[in-house]
Amino acid sequence: MNLVHCHALEKSFLKGKQVVEVLKGIDLEVREGEFLALMGPSGSGKTTLLNLIGGLDRPSAGAVEVGGRALADLTGRQLARWRSETIGFIFQFYNLLPVLTARRNVELPLLLTGLTRRQRREHSAAALALVGLEDRAGHKPGELSGGQQQRVAIARAIVADPKLLVCDEPTGDLDRGTADEVLGLLEILNREHGKTVIMVTHDPKAAEHASRRLQLDKGRLAGAAA
Amino acid sequence: MSRLGLIWANLFRRKTRAILTLFSLVVAFLLFVLLRTATELFTEGSGFAKPGVDRLIVVSKYSQIQSLPISALQRIAAVPGVQAVTHADWFGGIYQDSRNFFPIFPVKPRAWFDMYREHAIDPAHLEAFERTRAGAVAPAGLAERHGWRVGDKIPIQGDIYAKRDGSRLWEFDLVGLYQRADDGPEPLELLFQYDHFDEAKEYEQGQVGWFVVRIADSERAQETARAIDALFENSPDPTRTVTEAESMRQFMAQMGNIGLMMSGILGAVFFTILLLTGNTMMQALRERIPELAVLKTLGFADGAVAALVLGEALLLSLAGAALGVLGALAFAEVAGPALQQIVGAFEVAAHTLAEALAAALLLGLAAGAAPALSARRLAIVDALRGGR
Repeated sequence: MNLVHCHALEKSFLKGKQVVEVLKGIDLEVREGEFLALMGPSGSGKTTLLNLIGGLDRPSAGAVEVGGRALADLTGRQLARWRSETIGFIFQFYNLLPVLTARRNVELPLLLTGLTRRQRREHSAAALALVGLEDRAGHKPGELSGGQQQRVAIARAIVADPKLLVCDEPTGDLDRGTADEVLGLLEILNREHGKTVIMVTHDPKAAEHASRRLQLDKGRLAGAAA
Repeated sequence: MSRLGLIWANLFRRKTRAILTLFSLVVAFLLFVLLRTATELFTEGSGFAKPGVDRLIVVSKYSQIQSLPISALQRIAAVPGVQAVTHADWFGGIYQDSRNFFPIFPVKPRAWFDMYREHAIDPAHLEAFERTRAGAVAPAGLAERHGWRVGDKIPIQGDIYAKRDGSRLWEFDLVGLYQRADDGPEPLELLFQYDHFDEAKEYEQGQVGWFVVRIADSERAQETARAIDALFENSPDPTRTVTEAESMRQFMAQMGNIGLMMSGILGAVFFTILLLTGNTMMQALRERIPELAVLKTLGFADGAVAALVLGEALLLSLAGAALGVLGALAFAEVAGPALQQIVGAFEVAAHTLAEALAAALLLGLAAGAAPALSARRLAIVDALRGGR
């Protein structure tokens, strides 16, 4: 069963007076439980495609459906709520809030739910335990290593139990060993917890962890990557 | 963690900046409460006494400092609606040092305390006051402040009135104390015998500063006042009769337009604080555009992110106001007794606190509006890209 369905997806930007076409008619389907790696050179449109699937941006043309929901039908407010319930985001530079401890960073998405304070604490503790960081819960991002910060970001992404994880170069800022640990964690989330993962990466080694790899080139899907 | 916790954490991301801004707000609100309180005291004279609704004050039409003949008393007393009349004068005078200012009035003892029934005096002290030519009675608070005891001699240097022998030293025998009978502001005036004053002063015998009139019906105050003034309209000493409250207001207004000056100062302070707080909030916003984009990514709606930013400005402003108000209340508590001699009872009114709260809300909203609007408009993708 398909979780993500992109049809004739186009995205263009204005750069000065010039229109830059970033995505040129993307058709893509991602099955539930799949681990998809989107590869391609810089400027190929990987992150733009990820942003459209994650509901962070709107396409210039075409349609995105996630879990049977057409994102174009949602208002800005509905889209925000949908993101909080459906998508977990993992960024290259972690994007944690520096003023909050790891536990509070993980708890952030739960502020949008009806959970009690105690339930939120329990959920965030469980998410941190899942990424092996329960003992660093009281530390702020500045007191954690890059790998630890990315694991906190993963805990934040999964704490509200979303169906889909979208990861933009999640290992781009990590050394090989730490990157493998993070990728291993994503694999566990995919295989054992049934999360669908779409990961943008430059790194062929990172892409090896995915069950399917697609190559993007100049705004078009160029087929399966090697 | 709650949303308030998130606001609090963001507010103090740069502790030094937040504390300095908070300190500025504390000073601004401290000034606000103190100056508003002082303005009221000066413009309404409300700190000196609670004006009697059934009392009128008769002064010379020409000037408050122009005296009136004591002979007018009988004529005023005959006006329909008038229950009682007495008189007083502004003696001036310095006790030891000009900084020890307190009002000194020569009065008719029994008539005065009959007029001001809110002032309680022991009957034995009142009797002694009537009996003793150079006698004086002091408010208990004033006596305590200067360490006076009944039986003491109080030397006053006359700066307006000299004695017939040319001396300016007036010595009074403290024969009694009096105080406020209810919970209103404590009295401030040292009272001494008018008869002694009239006999001993160098000039202006038979003259008084003003008359105090008690009327039967406060609803007819204007009518009675007009009737009194009509009596003296074509005499050499025409009068102007007003209610006691209006008289206090006019007395304080002699010091200049205090209200306008205070408002000017407060306006300048708050305008500066608005710029400062607004600038702090804009700076805080610029520093964390990617973080706000992350909040939106996680599912916080545009309005929710704007509310967080606005909440920071409001929290900062309200915290500054709360601390400033507490400081002002502490100041009033500690310095109030010393200030009482200068401006009357220095008490912060409940409506001044409400005004401070309203000012804090307005300031928070004004300082936070522009950053909140910017936060609301942030496009996630652009803002995330800006963070790299």
